[in-house]
Amino acid sequence: MRRTLARIAHEIVEGNPDGAIALVGIHRRGAILARRLHALTGELLEDAVPLGFADISFYRDDLAIRASAPVVHATQLDFQIDGPPARTIVVVDDVLYTGRTVRAAIDEVFDYGRPARVQLAVLVDRGHRELPIRPDYVGKNLPTSQDQRVNVHVKEIDGSDEVTIGPANRPRRAAA
Amino acid sequence: MSIPRHLISIDDLDRAGIERILDRAESFAEVSGREIKKVPALRGRTVVNLFYEASTRTSSSFELAAKRLSADVVSIRSVGSSVDKGESLKDTVQTLSAYDPAALVIRSPHAGAAQLIVAWTSAAVINAGDGKHEHPTQALLDVFTLRRRLGALDGTNIWIVGDVLHSRVARSNILALSRMGATVTVCGPPTLIPRDIEALGCESTSTLDRLAEADVVYALRMQQERMRESFVPSLREYAVRYQIDVSHLRSGQLLMHPGPVNRGVELSAAAIDSPQALIGEQVKAGVVVRMAVLYELLAGTPVMAVAA
Repeated sequence: MRRTLARIAHEIVEGNPDGAIALVGIHRRGAILARRLHALTGELLEDAVPLGFADISFYRDDLAIRASAPVVHATQLDFQIDGPPARTIVVVDDVLYTGRTVRAAIDEVFDYGRPARVQLAVLVDRGHRELPIRPDYVGKNLPTSQDQRVNVHVKEIDGSDEVTIGPANRPRRAAA
Repeated sequence: MSIPRHLISIDDLDRAGIERILDRAESFAEVSGREIKKVPALRGRTVVNLFYEASTRTSSSFELAAKRLSADVVSIRSVGSSVDKGESLKDTVQTLSAYDPAALVIRSPHAGAAQLIVAWTSAAVINAGDGKHEHPTQALLDVFTLRRRLGALDGTNIWIVGDVLHSRVARSNILALSRMGATVTVCGPPTLIPRDIEALGCESTSTLDRLAEADVVYALRMQQERMRESFVPSLREYAVRYQIDVSHLRSGQLLMHPGPVNRGVELSAAAIDSPQALIGEQVKAGVVVRMAVLYELLAGTPVMAVAA
């Protein structure tokens, strides 16, 4: 995972030669990954990269069919998105699946300002998109079936860094 | 932990449920700090505010809360509505329910009104004060304000001083604060302390002698509009014995009041304006806590209320 993140950090820096980037991690594990990418890109650019976190609970499209999710953390976007300089926001998440979470995060970012561009970095792309969203930076493509579950574990929360595929251990949506 | 369908009384919530709402309110506090103080969470849903009694804080904060969640809001006050023409509560609720509201917020001078209308609407009912019974969202915002200041409330001593008899705020707060681990003492003239109030889980006293024990002093408004007989010889005499002045407050003690304050009656002007007073923070908490209540009650419910 360390090597993969280092590669993604290099790609982000290469893909944005002006260096005007900011990272926004989606709570919870996307936030952890964003924190690590923040350190890595900061080293490469020799400059601090703004870092923010998004809690997308209030932007979900499935409030009606899903019992309210546990309270994670508040959104924290303390930097000026509009600039100057106008920044490219790199949204960071652990697993890209339907794309709905990313859609919600993009909506949230736009409530804070008008970024120059929005890009997407994910550790795992497992396919099954339900929206026209594609990642700009991918750690690994993992073909899965929809009855599987991809678990990204990170040291900070789970004690170890690993990605596992298992059977879905609960229905993805609570009954209405 | 469970979030109930309606919020009529603090009794509808266990400690975990209260904490869930307060944690959610912290997230909404962040939203309130943004330039665009609005999230799309309740887009497409309707919230009806039905106020049969005067209100500044509660009605404006419920309205703002619903708007910041992107709900459509209709606010009705009994004055100037068909209630003036004699429309009954039942007819009014049924009429408004025809608009398929997701939530109906009601304030009424009659205890039990919120519980009563649950049967007449498919909306989630939120009690915004029913007579002398309860005012659960006020208690939640008070706990929110205190938790922000003190951290956990376990083991804190909280004194509720004044007109406990007519106070729905006192009743909801006794339940909420004791559920959160605080020890509650009510204090006031014996005529304004209901008999058997201890059954709610608090102590009672009729003098301010031991006020220094309190970590928090919560003063109540003298509710003259609800007093049909004379409970105290005069407001002046009440003020002499029970008014909270800065001289009563030891350093570190916090002062709260649900508003509106009768300046110079239950609180002295200096106490209201002292740095120990959290009154302004209570008002501020009103919007985010009510956003959290609306959000938590409506999460997991269909956009269109399905008639039973």
